[in-house]
Amino acid sequence: MSTPATAWSAAALVVQRDLRLAFRRPGEWLQPVAFFLIVTLLFPLALDPEPARLRTLAPAALWVAALLASVLAVEFLFREDGRDGTLEQYALSGQSFAWLLLAKTLTHWLLTGLPLVVAAPLAAMVLGAPAASIPGVLAALLLGSLSLSLLGAVGAGLTLGVRRGGALLSLIVLPLAIPTLVFGARATDLAIRAEPMDGSLYLLAALAVLALTLAPLAAAAAVRISLE
Amino acid sequence: MNWVWFHRFGSPPYFYSVAGRIVPWLAWPAALLMVAGLYGGLVLAPPDYQQSDAARIMYVHVPAAYVGLMAYVVMAVAAAIGLVWRLKVSHAVAAACAPIGASFTAVCLVTGMLWGQPMWGTWWAWDPRLVSMLVLLFFFLGYLGLRGAIDDTARADRASAVLAVVGVVNVPIVHFSVIWWNSLHQGPSLLRKGGPAMPASMWVPLVLMIFGFTFYFYAVMLMRARAEVMRRERGGQWVREVLNATGDKP
Repeated sequence: MSTPATAWSAAALVVQRDLRLAFRRPGEWLQPVAFFLIVTLLFPLALDPEPARLRTLAPAALWVAALLASVLAVEFLFREDGRDGTLEQYALSGQSFAWLLLAKTLTHWLLTGLPLVVAAPLAAMVLGAPAASIPGVLAALLLGSLSLSLLGAVGAGLTLGVRRGGALLSLIVLPLAIPTLVFGARATDLAIRAEPMDGSLYLLAALAVLALTLAPLAAAAAVRISLE
Repeated sequence: MNWVWFHRFGSPPYFYSVAGRIVPWLAWPAALLMVAGLYGGLVLAPPDYQQSDAARIMYVHVPAAYVGLMAYVVMAVAAAIGLVWRLKVSHAVAAACAPIGASFTAVCLVTGMLWGQPMWGTWWAWDPRLVSMLVLLFFFLGYLGLRGAIDDTARADRASAVLAVVGVVNVPIVHFSVIWWNSLHQGPSLLRKGGPAMPASMWVPLVLMIFGFTFYFYAVMLMRARAEVMRRERGGQWVREVLNATGDKP
């Protein structure tokens, strides 16, 4: 290593490394998707499967399942790398720590958030959403899952190295995720009822941008504390 | 400007003694204001023209809501100061705010529910402001949970400080939600354009109660912060001197 890495090449290295590790252990990133599908499929079984009623509950079922799957997944975002010292090396690398964690979080989203979006049409159809609503449902989940991953990174950083971190992580992340849940479920509901959903999508996008700009800084501060 | 007076608060023994001298100046006004406010609110004020005597719960509900929010802001500001300037005293103040704020938020929710049952016909409504208050309670609980889960005091301070600063995004949402969303909860009736929406015999006790609760919050917060500072410095020389001076066994 003679030439110093630029910010982009350093981020690319982080992304490559995390993707390679994930594809060698596919169980880890397949689990959240399987969890998401199972939870959404439990709703029709727990309720009576009358299509009209399922349709009104579909947004809630989709979003609560997505939220839980995302919190479940984010617990492992920093755990291994914190334990084996990788995060310490990132912090010492001379690159912006927040930037590297952003790259890491976006990779995590590619591996756990995007599969939820891909699986969402299946879950939405099972819950009785009309086919015409699927693009809207996907757009809402795409923006929402991005916010959820970024918020989750803050919680994961704060609970890094904490005993029984899992329950605490949900206690910290779920309140932060409420605006995303509200606007996401609203957007999905409007999409299913074939009404204009632009307003909710814009708000979801605004939340995603806010999370994209601020969450990596908070996550970096949080992870640094646990490295001390 | 000379900031020495401010920096001296970073010294635990100085903070301990100054806070100890301030506490009575807060606690006594708090007691007097609350007695006056309760007398004015429960005895002197006329019953509400629609809600009759049930409206009197606002003399506890509104100040509790206000102090719950204020406690969060004070906690976040103290946490941010501790994070930036690494003042140990400031982290002790943040730690002292959390349980008090959580209690006031819980009082606000419970009194609101007690009032909502006869007035709205339901204990709970999925109204944005109620939800925001509940979220505020969860923020306090998450903060306390994170603080309790980390054994090392310095790490617990800094990690929970980051969480407090992150959560402060929630406080403006709570405050403006009543204006942004059209909701079941009534709009602000005290600080609004055109003056308060109630006669002086009703709003004066409310203001007294708000100030009383505020003084009470700061008095209890300083007492807790003193205890917290002392707990953290328990091996220190000055703690031994303070305890010797009061005659307690160190």
